Amino acid sequence: MDTEPALFSILRQGQVLVASVHTALDDSQLLRLQRDLVGRVGTDRARGIIIDVAALDVLDSFGSKTLRDIAEIARLRGALTVIVGIQPDVAQAMVELGIGTGAVATALDLEEGMAHLAAALGPAWTP
Amino acid sequence: MNDTFTEPGSWDHAPAEDLEQLLPQLVAHLRERRAVLQEQWSARIQEAHLLEAMTPQEIAAETESVYDNYVEVLETGSVEALQDYARDLSERIIPRGVETHEVVGIVLLLRDVLARSLFEKYQQDFDLLNRVLDAYEPAANRIANTVAVSFVDERERVIRQQQDALRELSTPVLPVRERLLVLPIIGVLDGERARQLTEQLLDGIRRHRAKVVVIDITGAPEVDATVANHLVQTVDASRLMGASVIITGLSPTIAQTLVTLGVDLSKMNTIGDLQGGLEEAERLLGYVVTREEASAS
Repeated sequence: MDTEPALFSILRQGQVLVASVHTALDDSQLLRLQRDLVGRVGTDRARGIIIDVAALDVLDSFGSKTLRDIAEIARLRGALTVIVGIQPDVAQAMVELGIGTGAVATALDLEEGMAHLAAALGPAWTP
Repeated sequence: MNDTFTEPGSWDHAPAEDLEQLLPQLVAHLRERRAVLQEQWSARIQEAHLLEAMTPQEIAAETESVYDNYVEVLETGSVEALQDYARDLSERIIPRGVETHEVVGIVLLLRDVLARSLFEKYQQDFDLLNRVLDAYEPAANRIANTVAVSFVDERERVIRQQQDALRELSTPVLPVRERLLVLPIIGVLDGERARQLTEQLLDGIRRHRAKVVVIDITGAPEVDATVANHLVQTVDASRLMGASVIITGLSPTIAQTLVTLGVDLSKMNTIGDLQGGLEEAERLLGYVVTREEASAS
């Protein structure tokens, strides 16, 4: 049903899924990201998800809501989500518009996100 | 402000030929009576309690130059020299605390003193006096205007300069340990500054890969609802970049104000003073600071 190419990629690194967003996503691409990620959590038996949004120069209310939804659904399926790479001006615009990531963890970049997951998932986790 | 009086037609009412005769006459009269008129003027300044921040010697020197400049403008019709002088004078007297009303006041006094002297000289010939005043009044008004505007311009320039200096100095983002930034806030935090502060902090977080930021507001004189909301936004934005924020230096009065205002600070991690904030930050980052046995004694 998705005829267009995806504007994001999902890579598996051990028990962590790394979703990189390449460019600004429209609403249908955001929902596709949600569907793909949530599905992969089950098939790949992932314990953690990192969503890298460094390429985005804007994150609107629907975008951040979708990210919050992904995190909540993934949590119900047993995976912890970290959003990484929010740019300074994006962060500033988001707080000025009053949109946030809710209870979802955030980290500076991919490396920090990995470190956060390692700390949160404990010693049993292997990357 | 570069108007000149070189065109005789710009004088109100007075016909050109009249001006050419009257002005030199008027100027000669004012030059001749310089000592007396200046004396009168100084007395009036003292009476009006103007320029009290300056010594009598300084006032004497300045009134002398102002008088000469004034007469020169009447003679040449060009306010440029006066403008430069007024700006220079303002530069010298503004730091002394001389107010706008004082500067305008002394110029208006001089205008009055000179006009009275003209009345006295020409009181026999009312028609002539009228024409002399036609020549004198517009020029005198222009002079008062020029001096006042120069003074205000200079003062605004000083204010702008100070604002710029304050803006540049006011928001340093200081790395104190690896991954730990300190941001001391000194002075009033308005909307513009708060936005700039957030911007610098977020850039600092990315540049230094900071995980913990301590914002110290000991130096902020007052915190109201607006400032508190700006702080909440700064904290949220930092969190989006993966850094946690500790606020320190909330004084008892400020804390009380915030509670009374009902600002939602539940998401803020606050600690009494900067020292406590740094200790907490070190704990979060896993630093253990111990004192060496030898240096303890």
